[in-house]
Amino acid sequence: MAFATRTDAARAGGMLTPAYVWLAAAIFLPLSAMLFFSMLSAAPFVSSDWRFTTANYAAFFSRSLYPYLLARSLGLSAIVTALCVLIGYPCAYVLARQIRGRSREALFLLIILPFWSNSLVRIFSWAIVLRGNGFLEVAINAVLPFPVSLSLMFSFTAIVIGLVHSYLPYVVLTSYLALQAIDDSLVEAARSLGAPFRTILWRILLPLSLPGLVAGAVLIFVPVAGSFMEARILGGRAGTLYGTVIEDQFVAVFNWPLGAALSFILLAVVFVILGVASPVLRRAR
Amino acid sequence: MNMPSASGVVGRVYVGLVLFFLYAPILVMALMSFNASEFYQLPFHFTLEWYRRLSGNEQILRAAARSLWIAVATTIFATTIGTMAAIALFRYEFPGKRVLQAMLFPPIAIPWLITGTSMLVFFFWVGIGRGTPAVILGHVALALPYVIVVVAARLETFDIQLEEAARSLGASPWRVTWAVTLPWIASGVVAGALFAFAVSFDQFVVSYFLAQPGDATLPVVIYTSIRKGFTPEINAISTIIIVISMAVMLEASRRFRFGGEQR
Repeated sequence: MAFATRTDAARAGGMLTPAYVWLAAAIFLPLSAMLFFSMLSAAPFVSSDWRFTTANYAAFFSRSLYPYLLARSLGLSAIVTALCVLIGYPCAYVLARQIRGRSREALFLLIILPFWSNSLVRIFSWAIVLRGNGFLEVAINAVLPFPVSLSLMFSFTAIVIGLVHSYLPYVVLTSYLALQAIDDSLVEAARSLGAPFRTILWRILLPLSLPGLVAGAVLIFVPVAGSFMEARILGGRAGTLYGTVIEDQFVAVFNWPLGAALSFILLAVVFVILGVASPVLRRAR
Repeated sequence: MNMPSASGVVGRVYVGLVLFFLYAPILVMALMSFNASEFYQLPFHFTLEWYRRLSGNEQILRAAARSLWIAVATTIFATTIGTMAAIALFRYEFPGKRVLQAMLFPPIAIPWLITGTSMLVFFFWVGIGRGTPAVILGHVALALPYVIVVVAARLETFDIQLEEAARSLGASPWRVTWAVTLPWIASGVVAGALFAFAVSFDQFVVSYFLAQPGDATLPVVIYTSIRKGFTPEINAISTIIIVISMAVMLEASRRFRFGGEQR
């Protein structure tokens, strides 16, 4: 459908232009610039002697370190996503199907509130809890009769805990919205026909809420694959990830073209994941 | 009211455990900002020493002021142009509309690490470089999709015939927007503004790449301090930040009831 009048077109254009020029200048042009950069031998503002090259992409494959770290980051994403789904989906189920009235809204708000608060501060709070002789260790030792040393800080486990804490509300939010939309009469009908809870879960609730669940999983998997701050704070020496290597290229090593190429490889992986998930996601409204 | 069944009790306990997992570390962190020991040693001795020191910490105070005004500037820009775009997307049908709607997705879906480093590369290239203007450019771009989506959700409850009625009575298009549409969506606009404020005020990754080292925002300064080794002073400022950002989001979700039954 076209515009009713030319002035309508002008007005719509006038109202849309500021927002989309801004998005172009701060998102889409930078991404294009990054793609261009990833194919240069040196940054143009560093050296005037630059040329096109595929060396930055070749560097990814020539050193086994980079593919290894990408696999490590994607593995971390898979673990964190799986834990968030396992913990978050039952929680969303209880909120959406078991609790009614005002307390449901209040509980739901309490769960998603931390998600919107400062993520750096929340990761820092785990550093306080997990550090050697920290709060958790003291608390456990106060309860147990024998001394326990956790040494969780600066480990892969610490990174996983911090990230699950950061992203858990996402999957609760999306699953809750999907579960809440399921018609009660469907579940009632199944129950009155004698279906056990397991059947109701597998045949009705899970299939109908799958789009929400997958949306939550993707929204966790993707940012975790590019995480670096959490690993720096909670991981210590165990915290080298694909994201921290990219960070290094931009803030420590200053090899921007290599950093750009590494970023684009990650972006390609992200697009593949979004592409695979999109048939299910399209059903989520 | 009927008593919850056995499975209902299990469910409630489970939600309680999840809430404990979410809030306990934050509470421990806040508690430690009132504890006298510099090395987070227990037993607990109450003190306001760390807040007193914080009030004399020039670097953190300046970063806090900068974070606040960057968030305010981001809110003003993102809310104004985002609301305009949301109204245009709602009011007009035109070819390419779906593409424009799809363009709101990348700023949310692409990891901030990639967005942030791309901005750094591009802004350096075109001569903007690092610094506060670059940070605001980036924050507004990240906040825009949230504003547009929240305002659009509110617009869905708006009856377009009200606009048509006003226009047929001779109101100019701007008058229609100002006197009919905006009052109706006001709560959505306020919610969008609060989201924009939170996106900017809590933003770490993009600020980290775009801020000038001596001129950074609060989360960037905190990150740098944590990596050098931290004191309860960081707990104190972190506690203040989390109280502010939770209050902002509580207010936003009161107005934009996502998840709750929409009125």
